[in-house]
Amino acid sequence: MSFEVKDLRYTYEDYLVLDGITLPISDGEIIGILGPNGCGKTTLLKNLNKNLSPKGGVVMLDGQDIQELTKKEIAGKIAAVPQTNEIHFAFTVRDIVAMGRMPFQSMMGGESSEDSRIIDDAIEKTGLSGYRNRLINTMSGGERQRVIIARAIAQTPQILLMDEPTLHLDISMQFDALKLVSSISKENGMTVVIVSHDLPLVSRYCDRIVMIHDHRIFAVGTPEEVLTPENMRTVFNVDADLVMDEKIGKRTVMIHDSLGRP
Amino acid sequence: MESRTKTIIAVIVLVIAAVFCIFKDLSWVSANVSYSFQEVWDALIGNGSWASERIVRDQNAPRVVAGILVGAGLAITGSAMQAVFRNPLASPYILGLSSGASLGAAAGIIFTIPFIPSLIASPILAFVTCFITMALVYTMARAGGTVRTETLILSGVAVSSLMSALVSFMTFISGDKLEGIVFWTMGNLGNADWNEIAFMIPVIVLCSFLLMYQAKPLNAMMLGDAHALDLGVDVKKVRLFVLVLSTLVVAAAVSFVGVIGFIGLVIPHIIRILLGPDNRRIMPLSLIGGACFILICDYISHVIAPQFGTLPIGVTTALIGAPIFVYLLIRRRREVGWN
Repeated sequence: MSFEVKDLRYTYEDYLVLDGITLPISDGEIIGILGPNGCGKTTLLKNLNKNLSPKGGVVMLDGQDIQELTKKEIAGKIAAVPQTNEIHFAFTVRDIVAMGRMPFQSMMGGESSEDSRIIDDAIEKTGLSGYRNRLINTMSGGERQRVIIARAIAQTPQILLMDEPTLHLDISMQFDALKLVSSISKENGMTVVIVSHDLPLVSRYCDRIVMIHDHRIFAVGTPEEVLTPENMRTVFNVDADLVMDEKIGKRTVMIHDSLGRP
Repeated sequence: MESRTKTIIAVIVLVIAAVFCIFKDLSWVSANVSYSFQEVWDALIGNGSWASERIVRDQNAPRVVAGILVGAGLAITGSAMQAVFRNPLASPYILGLSSGASLGAAAGIIFTIPFIPSLIASPILAFVTCFITMALVYTMARAGGTVRTETLILSGVAVSSLMSALVSFMTFISGDKLEGIVFWTMGNLGNADWNEIAFMIPVIVLCSFLLMYQAKPLNAMMLGDAHALDLGVDVKKVRLFVLVLSTLVVAAAVSFVGVIGFIGLVIPHIIRILLGPDNRRIMPLSLIGGACFILICDYISHVIAPQFGTLPIGVTTALIGAPIFVYLLIRRRREVGWN
């Protein structure tokens, strides 16, 4: 599956949000999109599955402009974990995860046995087995987030888009969620695009990092190439280093201090 | 209990209730006199007395059929509106459709319109103004570029107030026709005759089926527009489609019988408490539940205070619906979604 962003531009009314983003995304890679508030990360993500339509440029999926695909066709290939707000209606956890199979079902059609197997598997993998019948409107933000991640997994996507996936999760769950996603990615070549503020987590789990600054790509490459003290100072206004965590033998970002607003 | 079993039980109970309500409403004779169900049955199959056949078939049957259509239609559009607006308080009238329809009806009562026979001027104009209201609200909400659910509700409130003001103005200048307008806004199932019912049937039946066809996308939209988009729902298209269908149902219903409140609000909630929020269950069961509720309210309207004649049905549905609604609000808020 080839997936590519070419010269993407987006504006809200007169306000320029994305100014010429070009980004080829390889099969099975985990790519982190970093940038300060309001730099257009989420807007970029929403353009990737046609939740928004670009004002210029194209997003190509398997050589086809995604504007030419229906939302349902796209959802059959691309799943997303949006920033979750409250859900007011009393759906059970299983109801919500089962919605992940919608792109593969007809309007009136029910669940196939294959669907049920995939749904149960996604519930299992996200550690929600004991929560099947819990009502979503009685759950905490972090628990809800897990349910939405389970739903995205049940969508058996080739590409998974995640918007601040760790925002509401407690610390151990943050690691578990990214571990799970990266193991699925290794297993069946699922491509993952993560938008996040969380430098340490992203530096650890992403193969490649895109830094967005002033509505353009500021730097792109491996974590070592991109997460340099200079880049992090320019883009995030922090004094930080990419260091080796000796205990586990992996790199992580150490943030020493904010540099204050100039 | 498993939800499938619960659903089957609910269907059986509701169907039995529907048959009971139909017979009960058909049985009314006058004041507080009613036939037995046996007499109603005989009259229906042509075995009854001359009088019972006239009363059951000519006096009551059109009212009962209109009731079934209106009750079912308002309840299913209520469930659709609550899903589209992700708002348990949404009703079929949320876009100002009731005041919009009232405006047309009032105009039809007061003015003589060329080319339209005065008898059907009110329903026709009510239908038209109902649609104009919906179009106005949607266009206003679209003014910013994208249509957001919240903007739709706000435009609905704004347009609704404007329409209500115009209705008040017309009521004020109506002189001796005041009573007609007031009665129309309180609802009366007896307003519809067989010709009008023949118009309502295809509109309400077809639109209800098309609405039920959207149950799955509506489920996804209940989580939020972003979720629905990610699951492959063309939110803009589904929302517009559902709004147009709902407007058609509401317009067809209220044009002939006037404004009848609380059915679209209360019935989907009760069914949601019993069976959860899945629209594939809520929508068809709301149809039956809405019909039952309106028929029993209609029967009560006829027998509760015979010395004053028949109570307008909109008054009865509100008198019964409002306390139920308050109960839901206080005791069952979590299941309904008011947390």
